[in-house]
Order: sequence, then structure tokens, then C-alpha cells
Amino acid sequence: MTDLAMRGWLRSDGRKGIRNYVAVAYLVECAHHVSKEIAWPYREQGAHVIGFPGCYPNAYALKMMQRLCTHPNVGAVLLVSLGCEGFNKKLLERTIRDSGRPVELLAIQENGGTRSTIEKGRQWVETQLKSLAAQPTEPMAVSDLVVGTICGGSDATSGLTANPAMGRAFDFLVQEKAAAIFEETGELIGMEGWMAERAVTPELGHELKACVAKAARYYETLGYPSFAPGNADGGLTTIEEKSLGAYAKSGASPISGIIKPGDIPPRGGLYLLDVVPDGEVRFGFPNISDNAEIAELIACGAHVILFSTGRGSVVGSALAPVIKVCANPRTFARMADDMDVNAGRILEGSADLDTVGREIFDLIKRVGAGEATRSEGLGHQEFILTYKSFEPIGPACLPAVA
Amino acid sequence: MASSDTDPRLLVLAPGDNIAVARLEIAAGTTLQVVGRPVMLQRALGFGHKIALRDIAAGERIVKYGAPIGRATADIALGDYVHNHNVASDYMPNTVAVEAAP
Repeated sequence: MTDLAMRGWLRSDGRKGIRNYVAVAYLVECAHHVSKEIAWPYREQGAHVIGFPGCYPNAYALKMMQRLCTHPNVGAVLLVSLGCEGFNKKLLERTIRDSGRPVELLAIQENGGTRSTIEKGRQWVETQLKSLAAQPTEPMAVSDLVVGTICGGSDATSGLTANPAMGRAFDFLVQEKAAAIFEETGELIGMEGWMAERAVTPELGHELKACVAKAARYYETLGYPSFAPGNADGGLTTIEEKSLGAYAKSGASPISGIIKPGDIPPRGGLYLLDVVPDGEVRFGFPNISDNAEIAELIACGAHVILFSTGRGSVVGSALAPVIKVCANPRTFARMADDMDVNAGRILEGSADLDTVGREIFDLIKRVGAGEATRSEGLGHQEFILTYKSFEPIGPACLPAVA
Repeated sequence: MASSDTDPRLLVLAPGDNIAVARLEIAAGTTLQVVGRPVMLQRALGFGHKIALRDIAAGERIVKYGAPIGRATADIALGDYVHNHNVASDYMPNTVAVEAAP
């Protein structure tokens, strides 16, 4: 099989995008419908809707929106405001303008309401899509890539096939100096001691343990079970073994650092994304569904998301392609249209972890060269952003930079 | 490596692991090759359940996909079923007690 060479759009910060999208961003739920209507006719030409529903301002949401609107896969941004919401739209607009991207801010209250704002928005999007289509690309290497990983709709097969196979793909990525990000600290409980041994410095190891302890505390407060009787029936003996299933996504590379949502890995290597808020429990569950974590991985610069599923998730995402790695051969047979990789072959004995890991790695490069993933082709562009609060990461979290 | 002389119904996740995992349900009474030795299953081995790839002494770590998942609470022989009757968490000591009652 010949690989098409990856090509990317070079941005002013030096990063390269594998897509060149127009983001249509609502700054409060009241502007969501207008944003959706603006983007709808162009949804297959690269207009993607993102946004923040809350009316009250939130530092985390602002940072997320700043990072998402200046993500390398984004070439231009239309901001849609109702007019009276608390979001710091001027700062967001300036951040986007300073990045060299075309940006337009439309406030519905100042533009004659729904119908005329939709009309103006569509004209702007259409103009931008034309000009983005003419932008040149540059050669792109694996080392330019940031790749995130997540599991959702997991079953007993996830930890045996798709997750370790994605871990192998992560090892191949890190070997070629890409940045690879794993997360879900709430599902790593019991693995932190082992994980800390993989940290590049003892101080980082300490931070990794603290990070998982924070997640354990947070989920305990929310009454989230860590080990259920059904787990033992499925053959899982200990909490460590249960967590190993999720942990396997990280592969075997040394861990280079911890980042929080919106922090961009400073260089290639393997990073843990800490998605659990700091401080006391507020705003409910840290991540209300898989797409909330996907949005955070993308805000960290992820170009592509590897998504492992056993029971069969169908989601994609706005702004970055999602590669579905199906762990369960029966689910694959039932939902083949939604799945990019059949890791269930490992259970059937017709492929091993290395083969499937290599297949995932090769697919990432093809997606980087423009091939559409299944969820992209089916039009999935899910997006969720809710309230959270974080402290900045400490100096021990990124030892290579300090 | 172990996997070449181990029954293909058993999945060895990483070299150095001391357990293998059943790729599918295997009936009681089935004889399996485990690292070149025939082992007759005393009980059915469910999908995802574990079998020892070598003798494991009480107190030794159980290693799956290269990572420790707990410690043997009794001597385990090659081919033995490995679960919460002979393994305990290093992390959450009550896992076995809680899970022992069906």
C-alpha cells in the first residue's frame, strides 16, 4: 500500500493543520440555532459548529474557545453572539485576529435578528470557504502531529484488543516524535504507581500519582463506582486490572508530561491530559460524555482522535477527524459503516496487536493526507463544552521545558 | 516465545506476562497447550478470564500487558485459573472480599 504524503496548512504559530475548516462559534446557547443555520448549507464543505452554551463567563471555557478557534485545522472563524451574554467575545476575537486568521463577530441583537444574521453569516462563510480552498499546503511529517486517544462505549473486549492496539499505534507515533495524549484519569485508579515509574523524572511521577488521586477523590464525591461485581464476572480480578484496560491506550513510551485542557504539548512525546477540575467538586461531572473529552483533546492541539469502542459508539467531532477502533468483532459486524478499524480480529486470532497497531498508525497518516474517517463521511460533528475550573499546571508537569 | 506453544484460544498480551487471557469461552474438561504443557481445564474458562503461563509463588506480582494487576495470595501452578480466589489487589485490599460473594 502506498501512503499518500501528508500535507498541512501552515499557521502563524508554526503548527500545521490537516484540515482547513471555517468554525462557526456560538458564544451562548441563545446564538446556537443561528450558528447551526449559518453552517448547515456548508456542512459538507468544511463549516463546523462549536460553541459555549453558558451565559456566565468561565475562564476555562474562554481558554478552550481560544484554543479551538486557533486550532491548526481551523482557517477562519465566525463568532456568533446574541449580544448580552457574559462571554469575553472581544478577547476571543482579538486572539483569533492575532493568529492571522480571518474572523468576524456577528451579534444577533445588532444585526436585525435571526433571519438577517443567518443571511450575513452565510455570506461570510461562503466567501471564507472560497478563499481557504485556494490556500497552499506544505509537506507535513508525523512529528508535526498531535494525536489524542479516548475510549467510549467500552465492553470486556476494549481492554484486550482496541486499547492495547491503539497503545501500539501511540508507540509508533512517539518513536517518530509526534505528540500523543491520553486521558481519563478517573479510569487509571490503581495504575498510578506503575504509571509513575514511566515518568521521565521522579517529580513528574509524583505529579502523575497526585493527578489520579485527585480524580479518585472527585469521583468518590460524586458517588461513582470504581469496581462493580459485573467487572469480576467479566474476568477482571482487581481495580488495577480494570484500569489496565483503559491504561493500555497509553502504550509503553516514557511519559513526558502532564497537561490540562487547552495546554499544547511543547514537543513530541507521550502526555497525560488531566481533565478533572481542580478544587472542590463544582459544576457536576467533569466530563458529561465522550465528546467533552474529545473537545479537550482537540483544544490541546490534537489533529486526530483515536476512539476505541466495544459496544459501538458512533460519534465524530467538530474540527478534528475521529478514527473509530472497534474492539468487539460482533459489534464490528453489526456496525461496520461506523468503524474504521476492526481490532476484534485479535480475538478471532486473525491479527495480532502489532498488526492492528500498525494499521491504525498507517490510517492516521492517510487521514493526515486527506482521507475521510467513517464518522467524518457520515457527517458527525458532535461538540460539547461545559463549565469547569482549573489551576495552571505546576513546573514538575513538563520537565523537558522547565 | 510462549505464544507459539500455547493454545491459540489463549491471548498473551505482552512478552513477560505471567498470565494469558481466554479469547472466547472454553469448556470445562478441554485440554489446552500452555507453554508446551498440556493442561486440562477443571472448570470453564470464560471470555476475558485468566490462566497462569508459569508457576507463580504466593506474593509474586501478576503481570498482564506488562503491568502489575495484583499479587498472588497462594501458590499458583502453570495452567491454574487466576482470579480473585488466588489474587488480591495491591491497591484496594477489599476488592476480593467484596467480590467473593456472588
